[in-house]
Amino acid sequence: MTKHVVDTSRRKMLTTSASVVGAVGAAVTLWPFVSTMGPSARALAAGAPVEIDVSKLEPGQKIQVEWRRKPVWIIRRSDDMLATLGTMDDRLRDPNSTAPEMQPVFAQNETRSLKPEILVLVGICTHLGCSPTFRPEIAPEDMGPDWVGGFYCPCHGSRFDLSGRVYKNVPANNNLEVPPYQYLSDKVLLIGVNAEEGAA
Amino acid sequence: MSKEKQGVLGWVDERLPIVEFWEAHLSKYYAPKNFNFWYFFGSLALLILVMQILTGIFLTMHYKPDAELAFASVEYIMRDVNWGWLIRYMHSTGASAFFVVVYMHMLRGLMYGSFKQPRELIWLFGVLIYVCLMAEAFMGYLLPWGQMSYWGAQVIVNLFGTIPVIGDQLALFIRGDYVVSDATLNRFFALHVIAVPIVLLGLVVAHIAALHTVGSNNPDGVEIKKNKGADGIPLDGIPFHPYYTVKDIVGVVVFLFLFSIVVFYFPEMNGYFLEHANFEPANPLATPEHIAPVWYFTPFYTVLRAIPNPFGGVVAMGAAVMILFFLPWIDKNKVKSIRYRSVLYKVNLAVFLVAFVWLGYLGMQGVTPMRSEMALRMSELYFLFFVVLGVYSTNRSAFYYIKWFVIIIGIISAYDLYRSNAEIAALVWQTWLVPVAFLVVALLGAAFTNLDQDKTVPERVTE
Amino acid sequence: MKSLARLIVSAIVLSTSTSFAAGGNAPAFHVNIDMDNRASLQRGATLFVNRCLSCHSAEFSRYNRVADDLGIPQAVMEENMIFTGRKFGQTMTVAMTTENATEWFGAPPPDLSVKARARGADWIYSFLKGYYVSEDSPRGVDNLMLPGTAMPHVLWDLQGYQALKAVDHQDEHADSGHAAAPASPFELVQEGKMAAVQYDRAMTDLVNYLVYMAEPAQLKRKSVGVGVLFFLAAFGVIAYFLKKEFWKDIH
Repeated sequence: MTKHVVDTSRRKMLTTSASVVGAVGAAVTLWPFVSTMGPSARALAAGAPVEIDVSKLEPGQKIQVEWRRKPVWIIRRSDDMLATLGTMDDRLRDPNSTAPEMQPVFAQNETRSLKPEILVLVGICTHLGCSPTFRPEIAPEDMGPDWVGGFYCPCHGSRFDLSGRVYKNVPANNNLEVPPYQYLSDKVLLIGVNAEEGAA
Repeated sequence: MSKEKQGVLGWVDERLPIVEFWEAHLSKYYAPKNFNFWYFFGSLALLILVMQILTGIFLTMHYKPDAELAFASVEYIMRDVNWGWLIRYMHSTGASAFFVVVYMHMLRGLMYGSFKQPRELIWLFGVLIYVCLMAEAFMGYLLPWGQMSYWGAQVIVNLFGTIPVIGDQLALFIRGDYVVSDATLNRFFALHVIAVPIVLLGLVVAHIAALHTVGSNNPDGVEIKKNKGADGIPLDGIPFHPYYTVKDIVGVVVFLFLFSIVVFYFPEMNGYFLEHANFEPANPLATPEHIAPVWYFTPFYTVLRAIPNPFGGVVAMGAAVMILFFLPWIDKNKVKSIRYRSVLYKVNLAVFLVAFVWLGYLGMQGVTPMRSEMALRMSELYFLFFVVLGVYSTNRSAFYYIKWFVIIIGIISAYDLYRSNAEIAALVWQTWLVPVAFLVVALLGAAFTNLDQDKTVPERVTE
Repeated sequence: MKSLARLIVSAIVLSTSTSFAAGGNAPAFHVNIDMDNRASLQRGATLFVNRCLSCHSAEFSRYNRVADDLGIPQAVMEENMIFTGRKFGQTMTVAMTTENATEWFGAPPPDLSVKARARGADWIYSFLKGYYVSEDSPRGVDNLMLPGTAMPHVLWDLQGYQALKAVDHQDEHADSGHAAAPASPFELVQEGKMAAVQYDRAMTDLVNYLVYMAEPAQLKRKSVGVGVLFFLAAFGVIAYFLKKEFWKDIH
């Protein structure tokens, strides 16, 4: 049983290569299993970009559409509303929308939008995921005298201005998210695909 | 044991005996060195079990156990889920592969007498595993909710209905409804994904623990523990790891190669692994013309159909499975391996295999008078295998063999007389020759020739 | 052992003939399926959405998947192949309600997503070629594959109308089993827009597509399989030498 000389280097080499090839095989086999957990064709189809006609939207009016099962708000801001935006800087945490993941590049401005009057926002509070309410009225009793219109989250009291920018000293840390979108024509918005990608 | 243990392994090992476990079951578990081809199937069965559990878990994430949604959710897996088709085909092919491997594993046990003293418990756990697998496969087959799923389940559950007195209530209880329905689907799902697998895992642990207690049998049927060296290690034993681990890897790769050919190129296997009619959604109002169980059930299905009386058929089918439990006490011949058994023993085993395959074939076919007749004759051969095995347990006098010959021929003839009528008489008495010819060889051959003589078993393994 | 193997083979061969039994008759014609013929699949898809999808749904099949797999551009698909107001990523449903269908045809037309797997390609091909003029039938036509079918001969404008040939030849061959492929049991009584050869080719395309649609994964399955088998073969070689090396100790 032990008469011959064992060639240990050959044995080691074979063991190593079998282990490596076997491990590669196992890892590759794992891939299909893991990827079943990604979004399926059905989920992707349900999350496809949404087209919406914004030509009928009155100034001050908000409509809600569903994109990827999330509420998306589209608001046509009146001139008065737009006028408030420039006065807010010292009350806001991030007036210049510097957090990169919260909006497409084209929305890193005061109005946080492509066309100044049309605001598109994901209607989910950046604190813990409640859906804030739209409070366009000026200085209502419950919001206090300084309120110039914006969004208020009933869950924990976070406040946002009419561009969805978060106030200082509220639970939420980030401005409301602006989803990727573009204009297919003057009237029709496409939510889900960025202007840059679409224009290219 | 008093060795200084260090590092993470040492820390864990002081609290959990992993090194001891590794040694007891792998690096210092001594297996006979003469394992052959037939000894691959145990590790392969374990591999398939793991594979079925893994693929099953991922299928469960997408499958819906609801009569309204089940069929569509399977197609959803096949089309919309990333790689879902692969997972599903692995699972469906795995079911058939499991039975292929388990049948080979059982045949190995039969050939080399691995069920005999001191391994009776291993065999008992093994047969329990087989029964669990059948339950698992049967309930799993309902889940796609196609026509075959539905009507197969309907027919099998109705078998319980043939039991006198309690049958109807029992069938109703199993289904939870008057027909196979959403309630049935839901409970079969629960049993298929949780209950039976847990039992199965427990049985597999018991099966292996019992094996490692008494040690493995081998193709020579020699007890290697009887010949130990000065160091207490069996002279014909080699450590399972690395020798049998590297050998089993070869077996695993060859198996996976064949398995992949089926999964990627013949997932339906021409209707044997995935039946065509099962691509029609279940329809309680329209029975398919030809209901056939999946191939691994067909031998027993034929035994069922061989007896015209429904309850009689169920009893015969049940007996065909249950008799396996008694094998260690039926065949008490001291010679384990087929290598040293008599010529007539080999004839008996060969006839049994032919009968089993033939039964399987008949179970896939429609019924004709000739096929029904052969179904009965093959069922008789199936059971006669065990009878003859018992008779061969020790050397007997010629008179003993002749006595049994007369008794069995008497029983078979009496049943044929009872069921024969003008219409089928010719067929009955022609095919009567099948069991009679077998018994002439097996029992009269034992009485009047020395072909029933076993050979001498060597002291040590031969390779 | 040899006789055992022969027995197993004969068991498999004998039982294949019954494996597609799902109502209706055994296929009268054979069709060659070719998943690599993308042009045929595209023609079949066009025929399918134009001629079948108005009544039959394919509710598990997605437009975008078909477009992807068959190499049809999204714009072409959206403009020329989606008539039901569905979106690109959605499944192929029909506008017709079950109530309407039941009223018009007696039963809702079956979903065709996996039909080719349930029936087999030959059967569907034979069915599409199997309509003949029959005065006994309320619609004036019947189908050799599925006698009494509720489905009208929707492709009559392409195929024309055919009648069953006189039965004298049929009787002679009836007992000889289905060994030899019989000549067509039909003769054309009214010509359609397509010649017989053209119609056969169009139906081949259509069935080809239906076979694809019954299992879209088959395109990918076969190519992935090659890689897996090559890997296992290579691993097998290493495993074999590894085993041989260690077992030098024993032998």
